[in-house]
Amino acid sequence: MTQQSTFRRIITTDLPVLLIVLFAMAPFVWMILTSLTPTATLSATGVSLSPMGWSMDNYVRLIEQTSFLKNMLDSLIIAGGTVVVGLLVSVTAAYAFSRFRFTGRKLLMMQFLLINMFPIVLLILPLFVLMRSVGILDTHFGLILANATVAIPFAVWMLTSYIAAIPKSLDEAAMTDGCSRLTALRKVVLPLTMPGIISTGIYIFITAWNEYLYALTLGGRNVRPVTVAIQTLIGEYQIEWGLLAAGAVVGAMPATILFLLVQRRLIGGLTQGAVKG
Amino acid sequence: MSLSNTSPLQRHWVFAWRSERLLPYLLLAPAVVVTLVIVFMPMVQAVWTSFYDLILFKPNASKFVGFGNYVKLFNDPVFWTALWNTLLWIGLTVPLQMGLGLLAALLLNREFPWRGLARALIIIPWALPSVVIALMWRWIYDPNTGVLNDILVYLSIVQTAVPWLADPDVAIYAIIATLTWQGFPFFAVMILAGLQGIPKSQYEAASIDGASAWRQFIHITLPGIAPVLATAGLLRVIWVANSMDVIFVMTGGGPGYATHTLPLYAFIKARQNLDFGYGTSIAVTFTILLGAFVVLYLARTMREVER
Repeated sequence: MTQQSTFRRIITTDLPVLLIVLFAMAPFVWMILTSLTPTATLSATGVSLSPMGWSMDNYVRLIEQTSFLKNMLDSLIIAGGTVVVGLLVSVTAAYAFSRFRFTGRKLLMMQFLLINMFPIVLLILPLFVLMRSVGILDTHFGLILANATVAIPFAVWMLTSYIAAIPKSLDEAAMTDGCSRLTALRKVVLPLTMPGIISTGIYIFITAWNEYLYALTLGGRNVRPVTVAIQTLIGEYQIEWGLLAAGAVVGAMPATILFLLVQRRLIGGLTQGAVKG
Repeated sequence: MSLSNTSPLQRHWVFAWRSERLLPYLLLAPAVVVTLVIVFMPMVQAVWTSFYDLILFKPNASKFVGFGNYVKLFNDPVFWTALWNTLLWIGLTVPLQMGLGLLAALLLNREFPWRGLARALIIIPWALPSVVIALMWRWIYDPNTGVLNDILVYLSIVQTAVPWLADPDVAIYAIIATLTWQGFPFFAVMILAGLQGIPKSQYEAASIDGASAWRQFIHITLPGIAPVLATAGLLRVIWVANSMDVIFVMTGGGPGYATHTLPLYAFIKARQNLDFGYGTSIAVTFTILLGAFVVLYLARTMREVER
């Protein structure tokens, strides 16, 4: 009887789930296999499925012949900078939204939500003109600012819902004990919100790391994040798929690993945001 | 009441009351100022630019043309092609993502031993950079060496290799398939959260009453996840409409104009022809068209906030 129900479960649940998981993973796995196949083999017999034909050849060439490590550093600086800028200005804003009822609160909250909906194309063109006249095109700072257009509104909303989940009575108690508002924020609310701040920061990092259009338009010779660098691996006359795949795998790794590490908490926050507003 | 004849204690309270009134604005100031400078200023400039004939490499030839760019747009056949492609793009991608996401969520909501692992693995497409996704699928779709053609020819589903991204009739559907793959995990995760919010007792009561699995799905599950579907769906329409990086890397809008969507057309006009005046006028038009969905979403979300 139980054997039969186990069998039934495998047919109706495990097997379909396996199919969907395979569908979700197959393209990336194919990319990894491609990156492990040496270029000569790739053009002769195609992607090697057995470990016998694998080598790190493409990865070695990626590190030795291209500036990929430098591009990784660029991405790291930009994504890290975006996290710092995004969180710094958002924490206090989120505290204001969740703890105070003031004139214009709704309007300001809506403003931050609205920014998130703006087409990036509408911002990218004037930002290019603006940054060119100020002279911050092709700098880390310029790209950090550009990514902040996405990061700040997102962080404000996420942090507002995190802080709202902490009982008001806690900071009121601290204030009765003689703390000022800001001390209460620093000593009581911040430590309690830390998990939320960290996952928001990680999500900002992932988005900034993966960002492509700003990097392409506002970056250039000096500052070239990985997402743009991967595309320049396409050769002039023919596409070197092995090298390209290696670049794609290395470039995608940091964000993917971070995502898998924090997915549970991240998704909790994101869905709460969407389900409850 | 003047401050001079109040006691120090009273003065302290007046001061505290005042700063308490001002404090939220002070706390908000950094975020508001930064967004004003990097979002709203550029936006106003975009609208402004769209009234000018501005080619970036000859800034001196810039001149005010009023609604000239918009009139030009109206008579531009590529604009109408791009508009139609945008509608097709949203109209197919979002429902496909939602359908596949719903299926995945229903499966993941069941009990099985490796559920946590499956849930983690299924979101991989969501974490990948869009450039990687686009290049990956270009490699899969490649007419000569791509694995998709190999598989389809091997299974004799097609006789000869299909040039997925080079055929103007097929290219946009190929990209829609890619975007469906990229976006379904988002729906799966959101819907799963909705499913877990439905009380089990409702299902128990229904099965005691003898309701079939299908009827339970229609009368309990669907109403239970309807709010999530609406919110996630709206969010996704806006997101899919805006996302052009995958198309840009996969086909660059081609062959011909077959995969041009409105934001992509604006981007290409500005990037390749440096025609910023016309480019921004397309972007502004697109934003206005998208506005309806944005307003719906804002209204929905702000109503939730008020509660």
